Amino acid sequence: MALVTGGSRGIGAAAAHALAVDGWSVALTFRTGEREAAEVVAAIEAAGGRAVALRADVTDPAQASAALDDAREALGGPVLGLVNNAGVRDDDLAVSLDDERWQRVIDTNLTAAFRLVRDALRPMIRARFGRVVNIASVVGPRANAGQANYAAAKAGLIGMTKTVAVEVARRGVTVNAVAPGFVRTALTADLPDEVVDGVPARRAGTPGEVAACVRFLASDDAGYVTGSTLYVDGGLSA
Amino acid sequence: MSTVTAEQVEKVVRDALESFGAETEGVTLETTFEELDVDSLDLAELSQIVEEQYGVVLKGDDMKQIASVGDAVSMIVERI
Ligand SMILES: NC(=O)c1ccc[n+]([C@@H]2O[C@H](COP(=O)([O-])OP(=O)(O)OC[C@H]3O[C@@H](n4cnc5c(N)ncnc54)[C@H](OP(=O)(O)O)[C@@H]3O)[C@@H](O)[C@H]2O)c1
Repeated sequence: MALVTGGSRGIGAAAAHALAVDGWSVALTFRTGEREAAEVVAAIEAAGGRAVALRADVTDPAQASAALDDAREALGGPVLGLVNNAGVRDDDLAVSLDDERWQRVIDTNLTAAFRLVRDALRPMIRARFGRVVNIASVVGPRANAGQANYAAAKAGLIGMTKTVAVEVARRGVTVNAVAPGFVRTALTADLPDEVVDGVPARRAGTPGEVAACVRFLASDDAGYVTGSTLYVDGGLSA
Repeated sequence: MSTVTAEQVEKVVRDALESFGAETEGVTLETTFEELDVDSLDLAELSQIVEEQYGVVLKGDDMKQIASVGDAVSMIVERI
């Protein structure tokens, strides 16, 4: 069974679909998008999969830990797949970025992901199988003016991914990151179409294209891939 | 007050070690985890098993203090 955070729309919703197609029962969390999350569940079920939506603000440790418990309860069996996808951006130049906006982005994109990894790892280690996929970004490994907070969080996520990967590799648990480039979702709704001019593929990526990578990393076939970051960016970081 | 004996705890620890792939034949309370090739991740798993079984929480710092099977058994018995 897999838990996908922020599965109510965008990349998380697509990842939940893709995992369900591969036979995973999927618990997807949302913070505000209850109706959207219910639609994702309905679509997965209509396609013959199994899913449940859980409300959880991942930045609240109690809610995050309850989501793991509730997922186990609702779908039976431990969470052996974890996709840390919930993410926010709150852009400004570093000179204008206040502590609150710095912290919110770090809390959601990095600290919340770490807590879920820590709590989910124990049953994975016991089961001698686990798949963690952290949704990072091309921003972090590379610069993007106006996103010091986001870049720090995503670079931190990749660093965390590598270190945790080596800690648990001998237990059949893999930990990887997927780094999308420019994908059209609610998160990027404010960005102009011209952004694609800087992308070698000259188009935005789709949530499905990112989800396909998540699905691969969560599969049995990817058992020897760990600590890596898979870029899905139309060549942006090449 | 508890009715759990040191022998019972020792059995739980031995079973855990076995599940980690350690050769537990001939193991005594004096046997060290190093001799058994039991690593820090195994000990983290042992702490999880103990927590599930007895509700005793062993932190990372606690685990650093135990070097032998006997150390583990005494610490767990003490905390139950
Ligand atoms: N789109 C891109 O171009 C792009 C590029 C690189 C990386 N990424 C990363 O991909 C991930 C998904 O992004 P997206 O584009 O699909 O964004 P999105 O459409 O805005 O979706 C974000 C999801 O995260 C959830 N979420 C946000 N804060 C949360 C919190 N505190 N607790 C629980 N859930 C929370 C949202 O749920 P609610 O609305 O219910 O809060 C939503 O389901 C993010 O980590 C993002 O950084 C995206």
